[in-house]
Amino acid sequence: MSFLSVQNLSVRLKKGPPLLRRVSLEVAAGEVRGLVGESGAGKSMIGKAVLGILPPSVEVTGGEILLDGVDLLRLPLAERRRRIGALAALIPQDPLTALNPSHRIGPQITDRLVDILGWTRADAEARARALLAEVQIPDPDRVLRSYPHELSGGMRQRILIASAFAAEPKLIVADEPTTALDVTVQKQILKLIAGMQARHGTALLFVTHDLGVVSKVCQRLSVLYAGMVVEDTSVADFFAAPRHAYSAALLAATPKYTDPSAGLTPVPEAVIAAVQAEVAAFDRGGAHG
Amino acid sequence: MADLYSVQNLRLSLADMTAKPLMGAAPLIDILHGLSFTIPKGAVVGIVGGSGSGKSTLGRALVRLLEPSGGVIHFDGTDITHLTERDLRPLRRRFQMIFQDPMSSLNPRHRVGTIIAEPLRLHGFDAIPDRVARALDQVGLPRSFAARYPHELSGGQRQRVGIARAIALEPDFILADEIVSGLDVSSQAQVLNLLEQLVRDLGLTLAFISHDLSVIRRLCQRTIVLYRGQIVEDRPTADLFADPQAAYTRELLDAIPLPDPGQAWA
Repeated sequence: MSFLSVQNLSVRLKKGPPLLRRVSLEVAAGEVRGLVGESGAGKSMIGKAVLGILPPSVEVTGGEILLDGVDLLRLPLAERRRRIGALAALIPQDPLTALNPSHRIGPQITDRLVDILGWTRADAEARARALLAEVQIPDPDRVLRSYPHELSGGMRQRILIASAFAAEPKLIVADEPTTALDVTVQKQILKLIAGMQARHGTALLFVTHDLGVVSKVCQRLSVLYAGMVVEDTSVADFFAAPRHAYSAALLAATPKYTDPSAGLTPVPEAVIAAVQAEVAAFDRGGAHG
Repeated sequence: MADLYSVQNLRLSLADMTAKPLMGAAPLIDILHGLSFTIPKGAVVGIVGGSGSGKSTLGRALVRLLEPSGGVIHFDGTDITHLTERDLRPLRRRFQMIFQDPMSSLNPRHRVGTIIAEPLRLHGFDAIPDRVARALDQVGLPRSFAARYPHELSGGQRQRVGIARAIALEPDFILADEIVSGLDVSSQAQVLNLLEQLVRDLGLTLAFISHDLSVIRRLCQRTIVLYRGQIVEDRPTADLFADPQAAYTRELLDAIPLPDPGQAWA
């Protein structure tokens, strides 16, 4: 059975338009699923719903989020938080805003382990040191005493990766974790995440707008448009032949330096019109919030 | 073909604020270590490099938002290296910049029409409403957008406003600094197509700063690769991709994740 199973999840702005339209997806234990789509397609929103960190301006109007078989949406808030905290973690996009600039790195990794998961301070610190070594940070002791501004962007992202893996979560949501990095650092970080994920057997929900990145780290992917899953397929099948016209157009828009004549073609207006018609038909028919 | 820009031994140092002592001046840190190159009229030149390579600093020196600490920059025969703001003003119209983040480079309290009109007014243009309308036409935005605010537009549309503001002044040269890196692939493609067309139609000279070699390959005839403030490669783009000379160029190329699960990515 899938470790994470999202069924018909609908989310909308409070008293506003739908943001997610009956989204369903599965992530098996140890599997990496990419969530792709343009900005506003709802890919981050799915990750936030899974982690129980939806902004207060939105509400879930239907569906289920089964984490290890238990529907998070039916749990009382405190219990839901405990369950998510024990089983899941986030690798955020922007490593500068995700770290508190006025605190040293060490406590930012260990406080959660001590305060929420009840580890001893010594255990938490030993764990942090071991993880920093695993994410290939030289001189972990110095880094644990550093402030975020003293470290490079790549280094900060490594710290957030270490921090995400700290409590051995079974699921990690990575929300555009390399978008702020330049390509050579992105490559190191992607390989690091993929390696950690494989070693720890973690399920990974990987939010990105970059199909190149998807082809490197994911086994399956969901393509989203306007909060609707238009294609759910394996990476091999997708890159061989995308089924939905919109996902094919998205792939054709992705730059490919090996072939200057390919890529960077805007999504044709006819394709957008067709997928918008699908969304409209869904809104008329699928009376689900 | 005459050179629009001729740059010799360009050096630039900035204050390193992270190393500034509580009292006294911050130490200087060298960003650009003696760059020499030319940009012929009508050329589209890519400037590529990782973060911290100095590509944005170089761009800002070209349009004299920063003053070089050494070397010479000639713009269309005039030495602009150390011109005062007052002497630069008549030239400023001729070299325009499009910024990376339209959310912070477009005034959120002004309507699009005002944003495009303001520099026109500053440079003493007449028939400003007509020029604003024409600029909107040229970047493919409806004229009614003049009445909108930046937050009412999508990322791609905002970037078009940045382009409209630059081309309305009928410049000779445009510096585009990472202008598509914040956009979705489809909007990226649209903005690049637009830029390509404008360069052709208006006979512009363009320097296109990017960390993305795929985008550079599509747009630029020539590419300058920067690494730690030095030019490691400056060649026709096709040659650079066919046979990268510098180790750093190869590293950059190898790091790009192609949308292809078969790509070896060791």
